[in-house]
Amino acid sequence: MSDWIRPRHLPEALEILATAPGPYRVISGGTDLMVECHLAPERRPESWLDISGLRELQGLQITEEGIRIGAATSLEAIRRHAEVVAHWPMLAASAAVTGAPPIQNRATLGGNVCNASPAADNAPTLLAYGARLEIVHHHGSRWLPYGDFHLGYRKTALQPGELLSALWIPYPPKHSRGYFRKVGTRAAQAIAKVSIAALIEVNSDGIIQSAHFGMASVAATPCALPSVSQYLLGRALCDIADMQVRQKVKQDIAPIQDIRSTTAYRLEIASRLVLEAIHKRSESKKEN
Amino acid sequence: MSTTMRINGKAFQSSSAPNARLLDVLRNECDLKGTKEGCGEGECGACAVLVNGRLVNSCLVPLGQMERAEITTVEGLPEDSALAQAFVQCGATQCGICTPGMMLAATALLAEYANPTLEEIRWGLSGNLCRCTGYGRIYAAIAQVAGGFADV
Ligand SMILES: Cc1cc2nc3c(=O)[nH]c(=O)nc-3n(C[C@H](O)[C@H](O)[C@H](O)COP(=O)(O)OP(=O)(O)OC[C@H]3O[C@@H](n4cnc5c(N)ncnc54)[C@H](O)[C@@H]3O)c2cc1C
Ligand code: FES
Ligand code: FES
Repeated sequence: MSDWIRPRHLPEALEILATAPGPYRVISGGTDLMVECHLAPERRPESWLDISGLRELQGLQITEEGIRIGAATSLEAIRRHAEVVAHWPMLAASAAVTGAPPIQNRATLGGNVCNASPAADNAPTLLAYGARLEIVHHHGSRWLPYGDFHLGYRKTALQPGELLSALWIPYPPKHSRGYFRKVGTRAAQAIAKVSIAALIEVNSDGIIQSAHFGMASVAATPCALPSVSQYLLGRALCDIADMQVRQKVKQDIAPIQDIRSTTAYRLEIASRLVLEAIHKRSESKKEN
Repeated sequence: MSTTMRINGKAFQSSSAPNARLLDVLRNECDLKGTKEGCGEGECGACAVLVNGRLVNSCLVPLGQMERAEITTVEGLPEDSALAQAFVQCGATQCGICTPGMMLAATALLAEYANPTLEEIRWGLSGNLCRCTGYGRIYAAIAQVAGGFADV
């Protein structure tokens, strides 16, 4: 008989993780874990820590600087949240393309991040918005920029005994515009071939004040595009050389060849998406 | 350890392990065979049920999370409802494997949008696969219940 603990409060959960770190497997919405268990029943965990009942990990709160989203909040609740739709439209968009409704009703934002798939659809959005993670432990908590969370293929900065408790996203700069797009094979439930989020801020003289990107499925982890951002910073929109941008994209990503796509296709799509994000941002188009 | 829930309006206590799939509890313990297993991986929606009114794939739901949950399977939908009649009239069911999941997805959709557009119908059913009908007849059945496709 497996051991299943579903605590109501965070300290209780952290105590369990601290005293018995290795064997307890954290489960939230279960949309990744239950598939894993089905595909590899021999690796099914014996002991489960179910965090879906922790009130501290639920819900969205607006603060002066931005929004705090409990790690166990469902993608469904996120994509419908009026403030998210109004101020963080890329997050509403990425949550809305993460699987179909029955997945979104269960899948959590924290689970999408902690599962650490290079194809996680909300990862680009969180990178582009400069999200920070609140990570908790029996003895306290720490903050981590989301950009520092993915250490390698499916390897995260979470230490044994730690839980992701919340994601914190600042308000985007006033004159910035977002762009999100997922390229897959079918609209619902397809794993992305490439997805991108971009947040670009341009002043009234047409000079780029800041440019932040996130991409999924183009490297071993979701990644930002530091060389592209560097190239764009301080540059006038009319001075952007597309060939240069393509060169920088190539420096920043390391696409793989797999069953869903070839390296060359991913590189080409990634470059086109970045260019589209840069050039389209000047139109007041809604992301999708 | 046991888990108590309400299934189709009746109290039920399951003695399965907490990591058991809700799908298996429904089919094997409750003998509710209307809920189908297609893929077992969340892709097809044949196992879809409503948990507290929300559409979920029961192959991905561990029993341990169902304490006090209100569960509706296809057997819990009213017999001979307008929806069931529309499915028959429009030819929205052929082999029938997807039909229970489709009816539950349609129920969740219509609870939210009494008069859905074609786009909303497509979205509401996007987690359910059908290998027979080509979907058009299923969309038509839902539109019929709602009094026609809403204009966009
Ligand atoms: C049919 C189907 C379609 C899908 N489509 C997409 C898609 O289009 N795009 C996409 O990105 N994903 C997709 N997914 C994957 C999945 O739904 C998401 O990654 C989801 O957000 C995972 O969240 P969860 O709460 O269900 O995670 P769980 O399965 O509960 O957990 C996932 C992992 O994260 C860990 N974890 C969860 N929460 C925490 C926490 N707070 N602290 C520490 N560790 C934690 C767990 O231990 C586990 O290792 C799909 C899945 C299915 C089955
Ligand atoms: S059997 Fe559950 S989604 Fe296919
Ligand atoms: S009727 Fe056969 S799968 Fe839909």
